[in-house]
Amino acid sequence: MATLESFRPRLRDRAALGGVVPPVSLLLVAGAAGLLVGSLRSEVFAQLTVQGLALGAVYGGLALALVLVYRATHVVNFAQGELAMATTYVAYQLIHWGLSYWEAFFATLAIAFVLGLVLEVALVRPVQHRSVIAAVIVTVGLFILIDGVVNWIWGGDFKYMQSPFGTKVYSVGGVSIARLYPGMLGVVVISVLLVWALFRFTKLGLGMRAAALRPAESALVGVRVDWMLAIGWGLAAVLGAVAGLMAEPSQFVLEPTLMQPILVYAFAAAVLGGLDSPAGAVVGGLAIGVSLNLVVQYVPSISSELQAPFAFAVLVAVLLLKPSGLFGHREVRRV
Amino acid sequence: MRQRLPAIVSLLVVGGALAGLPFTLSGYHVGLAAQVGIFFVAVLGLNILTGYTGQISIGHGAFMAIGGYTTAVMSQDHHTNLVLTMLMAFAICFVVGLLVGLPALRLSGVYLALATFALAVSVPQLPLKWSKFLGGRDGVQTSKTVSHLWLYGAAWTASAILFVLAWLILRGRVGRAFRAVRDSEIAAVASGIELPVYKTLAFGISAAYAGVAGSLFVLATNGFAEPSEFGVVLSLQILVGAAVAGLGSLWGVLAGAAFVGLLPAVSSSVPVIGSDHGRDVVFGSAVVLVMLLLPDGFAGLFARVRRFARA
Amino acid sequence: MTALLELEDVEARYGPVHALHGISLAVEEGSIVAVLGPNGAGKTTTLRAVSGTVRRSGRIVFAGRQLDRLGPDAVARLGIAHVPEGRGTFAELTVWENLRLGGYTRRGSIQPELERVFSYFPWLADRRRQQAGTLSGGEQQMLALARAFVHRPRLLLLDEPSLGLAPVLVAELFRIVRELNEREGLTVLVVEQNAHLALQAAQSGYVLEAGRVALSGTSAELRADDSVRRSYLGY
Repeated sequence: MATLESFRPRLRDRAALGGVVPPVSLLLVAGAAGLLVGSLRSEVFAQLTVQGLALGAVYGGLALALVLVYRATHVVNFAQGELAMATTYVAYQLIHWGLSYWEAFFATLAIAFVLGLVLEVALVRPVQHRSVIAAVIVTVGLFILIDGVVNWIWGGDFKYMQSPFGTKVYSVGGVSIARLYPGMLGVVVISVLLVWALFRFTKLGLGMRAAALRPAESALVGVRVDWMLAIGWGLAAVLGAVAGLMAEPSQFVLEPTLMQPILVYAFAAAVLGGLDSPAGAVVGGLAIGVSLNLVVQYVPSISSELQAPFAFAVLVAVLLLKPSGLFGHREVRRV
Repeated sequence: MRQRLPAIVSLLVVGGALAGLPFTLSGYHVGLAAQVGIFFVAVLGLNILTGYTGQISIGHGAFMAIGGYTTAVMSQDHHTNLVLTMLMAFAICFVVGLLVGLPALRLSGVYLALATFALAVSVPQLPLKWSKFLGGRDGVQTSKTVSHLWLYGAAWTASAILFVLAWLILRGRVGRAFRAVRDSEIAAVASGIELPVYKTLAFGISAAYAGVAGSLFVLATNGFAEPSEFGVVLSLQILVGAAVAGLGSLWGVLAGAAFVGLLPAVSSSVPVIGSDHGRDVVFGSAVVLVMLLLPDGFAGLFARVRRFARA
Repeated sequence: MTALLELEDVEARYGPVHALHGISLAVEEGSIVAVLGPNGAGKTTTLRAVSGTVRRSGRIVFAGRQLDRLGPDAVARLGIAHVPEGRGTFAELTVWENLRLGGYTRRGSIQPELERVFSYFPWLADRRRQQAGTLSGGEQQMLALARAFVHRPRLLLLDEPSLGLAPVLVAELFRIVRELNEREGLTVLVVEQNAHLALQAAQSGYVLEAGRVALSGTSAELRADDSVRRSYLGY
């Protein structure tokens, strides 16, 4: 088809993104370099950075769950954090019944998947096309409902789970780091990579991406769009469960409010990365985690009580200055 | 006039019933009825914002917190008259609402929901930071506490005044501008409506209502303003009340306020799950069910019943 | 010989608006059938009624299976590929991913199908990693067609393939469709504004007006009809 070749010069894959990527990656490289330099100069800084990355991975995991749900159904799931908290209680119960930590971990992920799937089919699908407000209220109702169920079954008092990573402390170049933090980071990163691979390399993942991008056209090629969206919710619940399970050892106790502040950080992370960008959610989570940790330590006027307001400030600033976030696509406003 | 008459009659009936209620109820139930009045004010305020200009807010608990702390601090530090503190709460929250409304101009839909949610989470953290002035985790207490009856009277008097005020605002030019903004921002601008002015104004009015509700809310909890009372769930309750109410109907707002004000208390007495924590189960399920079954809230239900009755 | 696709008294509506008032038509296996008519006559809706992307009633039978209660994904799985107006490529995905989606209903490897499609569209092979949205309009239309061929449908529904394309590309496109029809026995129901082209490629056709079948016949009969000549062929 020589005629076609001549119609348009061949474009590089990334040409469409070309204008955006360099400044953002420069920013990220500069940030990473700053963290490295700081870590080499100060032991406390290094410890805070590692801890911040681990917490940030948790925020990023939950943010990715939010982004998956948003991409699939254009609903922001306010109950995502509570769902993650509830599945963490499931794991607690399974361990209590005698499963080992990792057996309970994987069993919980399976339960979370089914739970996410069922919630989408039963509650979200009927209101999804009605209005933003209706969908938000349903997830808000779900928030209250899940909170109530957990309080009802397990009570509001602290529960304790044995940490999957033990209490061992590594020494890296003279800096002592609890095994917990690289452990958290590793588990979340592996989960995220698996989800990414599923989306990127499998037929199911392709169907899910297509269904989220263009539901009508996807149905025409035989994709079961409804199922794809429900599976998207299921996967989001799995990622949320991973985030919840990894958040628990970092807080040292399990209580029903476990994920509420984390949900706010995850919102900030998702918006920072771009609400429709999975990679952005993870990067945003890491950035929020590290900066919260460092800011609280080094900026005297921002104490730990101001973490949520700080995340709020980041969220609002991003929304006002660059609503599409670092990696997101600009949303076309329909009239 | 024929159109107005039923509305006036029903207003009189509601007013009369509310005036007579305290003489027939026990103290506990008067307290509950006062609670409904408080939510009535808050839901009414959110309804002005969401129902009339189409802007969503999951942050009205934050304005309630500001109003509540205004009352508690003024009363504790300056022994200000409690009614006066409500007016101050109204004014302060009006200004704060305008300030919040400014950045909200650039946000809509999901993004506004996220930003206001973060506001709801953030504001209750502030007393922990400035604990000298705002009492930290232990909170601030008013210098006087009030009886159930006093609270009932104050809540429903405030409801009546603010209802009339809302009616005056919404029936005229401002109300038309609000509705135009909701239906199509671009068409509104094209017909000469100053979009930023009306959108921020709606935020201010709405926040001022929430502020008064917050004052009353603090008085209802023995005069204590504590961060934990103004948690996210409070904001969610107001939003639920407004959603359940549906748009633009007195009966709807009343039903929405009763829904969020009474259901938690009522559902604690439901058998089997009627424990303290069970009430959230009932409340949450009710919210989800109402959204699935009543797409336009109670206002829509009432409209349907009226059409049915007429046919 | 029974028809591969048969519509009997099919109605369809968008909300309160009736778009089809009882259409009946038949498409023989291995044929190309054209649907002609002015704007708003219900041509696109007829295709959408078959693929299930509009609410419809009446009888639609495809290879002995009743379609009128099936959703679009189920219809696609029965072997009907619908290339909608405005191409319907997944602009955000790569060319290869678009083709892979075409073969979504097929089990196992789609490599043989891809080889076959690349023999018709050789330029696609070099572009498989390119984002579909960066292709030109004509290339995207070709990609949409190629995607439908990967599906290896028994029936291809083609909606306004010439829309917005340069004449040389339109000719190329119809050449490929005809070649597939002759070589592989692909059955095609095509909606086309350009009646001249459509009747050249098709063996028979239907003329719709205001949601009803106004006229039908073989291509030769339609070409000879005075009203068709005046309204659609322009001589």
